[in-house]
Amino acid sequence: MIEIKDLNKSYHMGSNSLHVLKGIDFSVKEGEMVSIMGSSGSGKSTFLNILGMLDEADSGSYTLDGKPIKNLNEKVAAKYRNQFLGFIFQSFNLINYKSALDNVAMPLYYQGVKRAERMEKALHYLEKVGLAQWATHLPNELSGGQKQRVAIARALASDPKVLLADEPTGALDTQTSYEVMELIQNINDEGKTILLVTHEDDIAHMTKRIVNLKDGLIIDDSNVTQVRASVAKNKHLQSKQTSNV
Amino acid sequence: MFNIERWQEIFDTISKNKLRTFLTGLSVASGIFILVILLAIGQGMENGIGQQFEDDAATRISVWTGVTAESYKGLNPGRRIQMDNEDYTRAEQKNIDQLEYKSGVYSVWGQLATYGKESGSYRVEGVKGDYQFLENETIVAGRYINESDLANNEKVAILGNRVYLDLFKGQNAIGEYIEISKIKYKVVGVYTDPGGEREETRIFIPLTTAQRVYAAGNNLRSMVFTLEKQEKFEDALAASEAFSASLESDLKQRHTVSPTDERAININNTLENAKRFYDLIAMIRGFFWGVGICTIIAGVVGVSNIMLIIVKERTKEIGIRKAIGAQPLSIIGMILHESIFVTAIAGFLGLIFSLILLELVGPLIESDYLLNPSVDFGVAITTVIILIIAGALAGFIPARRAANIKPIVALRDE
Ligand SMILES: Nc1ncnc2c1ncn2[C@@H]1O[C@H](COP(=O)(O)OP(=O)(O)OP(=O)(O)O)[C@@H](O)[C@H]1O
Ligand SMILES: [Mg+2]
Repeated sequence: MIEIKDLNKSYHMGSNSLHVLKGIDFSVKEGEMVSIMGSSGSGKSTFLNILGMLDEADSGSYTLDGKPIKNLNEKVAAKYRNQFLGFIFQSFNLINYKSALDNVAMPLYYQGVKRAERMEKALHYLEKVGLAQWATHLPNELSGGQKQRVAIARALASDPKVLLADEPTGALDTQTSYEVMELIQNINDEGKTILLVTHEDDIAHMTKRIVNLKDGLIIDDSNVTQVRASVAKNKHLQSKQTSNV
Repeated sequence: MFNIERWQEIFDTISKNKLRTFLTGLSVASGIFILVILLAIGQGMENGIGQQFEDDAATRISVWTGVTAESYKGLNPGRRIQMDNEDYTRAEQKNIDQLEYKSGVYSVWGQLATYGKESGSYRVEGVKGDYQFLENETIVAGRYINESDLANNEKVAILGNRVYLDLFKGQNAIGEYIEISKIKYKVVGVYTDPGGEREETRIFIPLTTAQRVYAAGNNLRSMVFTLEKQEKFEDALAASEAFSASLESDLKQRHTVSPTDERAININNTLENAKRFYDLIAMIRGFFWGVGICTIIAGVVGVSNIMLIIVKERTKEIGIRKAIGAQPLSIIGMILHESIFVTAIAGFLGLIFSLILLELVGPLIESDYLLNPSVDFGVAITTVIILIIAGALAGFIPARRAANIKPIVALRDE
């Protein structure tokens, strides 16, 4: 699904230049669920943004679903993003003047889907994330967890091949994080490829493979046994109850 | 443009960002409103001043004589110059092709006119038939002076409406006899004059009759002419200036007056006055256009500013839209579509509102210098379109920039 070879990325600020990614080789097969870890500033977001075609690498090759991603103009990049990728951001990035339903329907608008069909599909995905009854609410009327679930529904709406999530639980408390992870696991169970960035160990262990970034290189890449978020959620709930007693 | 999905998206955005839409609209609408009102006032002033000049035929040239101011060829200054029929005939013969209306005039002031018990003091003018048109008079009863009156020295009189009301109190006057300075005249006509009451306190009698009754011989008090109409104002002005000049020099030569004497021969050329007046109007119009254009510029700057702010404010939204698959063109299209739509609606609202105001208030204005303020609809529409285009251009540049920045940069913009 994803093939990366010798990927390099530097940021230039005036005369200074910062080599963030120093030759990354990486591949992901369809249906995988990968977490990318590393200390702050190690280049996780940069890497994910390049994978998401939100940013461009300086050198190296990147193939997504067999298509070379190189020197794409904005038009093609937008098309690929719309067809292949779904994004989930730490800060949700919902459009604040649009209802939950309209937010979810947005990718479909850019796919050229007609309004009626769009709304139907959007509602379907809102149901999937358990927010059907919140469809007409604006983002600022929703909790963080709900917002992230709307964002997940939006990412799913265009039926992408790969979901990219940059710290999807970064702004959520533990309980809500697990709920969101449960949802993401379910999506992966249905066969969708998922890459997520996190610096929380417990979240990383809910994926099937952990990639560790350090100083612009992958220092570790290993498969792990997936911890089911539903189990972790219940454990957490119990421990909270005991500590409250 | 006619994509229904796009329209839905635009309406959605507009209805959910009412304040922003309202502010943009307000600046456009008020710009148009002020401009239209300004232009209308300019037009109203033009109309008002124009009406002041409607009294007499617009190309009228009149000549009267006075006392010489300079000695010339051994003659002393202070000599009274008297025009006569010969002067008139010469002027007529010389310019026969270009004269439209013409008349010699012999007038006397303060003549007592009586009918039965009623009487009043009026100006009596001996004139020819053309004088009706030279003075823009309208016959409301009977007729004006004709050739046979002149040929036969008929004692007939045409009364100004005021005179008629004074003497006849609204009764039939045609065919009745009035006395002017003890001489009986048959009333054959009543006229009105756009110049109003002052111009209607006159009695016209045939020129020949006046010269005989007042023992004036061949003398004339003044001569009045109009020239044939010309297509272009410039041509008309040139012709009438040439005519005035040649008339003046002929008269001066015949009456032995110094070419530089400015008192003896007086020529009033309404067209020259009109030129001054048209120049004034042109200045007024220029002024209002100047102010108007400044208003448009202010409007354009205002709209541009708002568009810049809107696009800046929407950078993050644009980043999100791009991340989920919006193409740069669709982003530009969305912003332009919205801005054109808002400026167009607001522009036409401002236009309609100002036109309604003019329609309601315009007729109520009663001033000599402001009459029927109105705007050329084409001009008004043009300004609305200019503002819409300006809004679009102003939106386009930042929209294109926003659409071209990488989504990652736009998304980082908190
Ligand atoms: N647009 C940019 N311009 C300049 N430097 C940048 C830019 N974006 C990121 N960097 C730098 O690149 C390095 C990697 O940033 P990145 O955001 O990828 O880190 P990260 O691993 O996601 O960190 P965190 O866990 O804090 O999110 C950092 O040192 C950061 O300062
Ligand atoms: Mg990061």
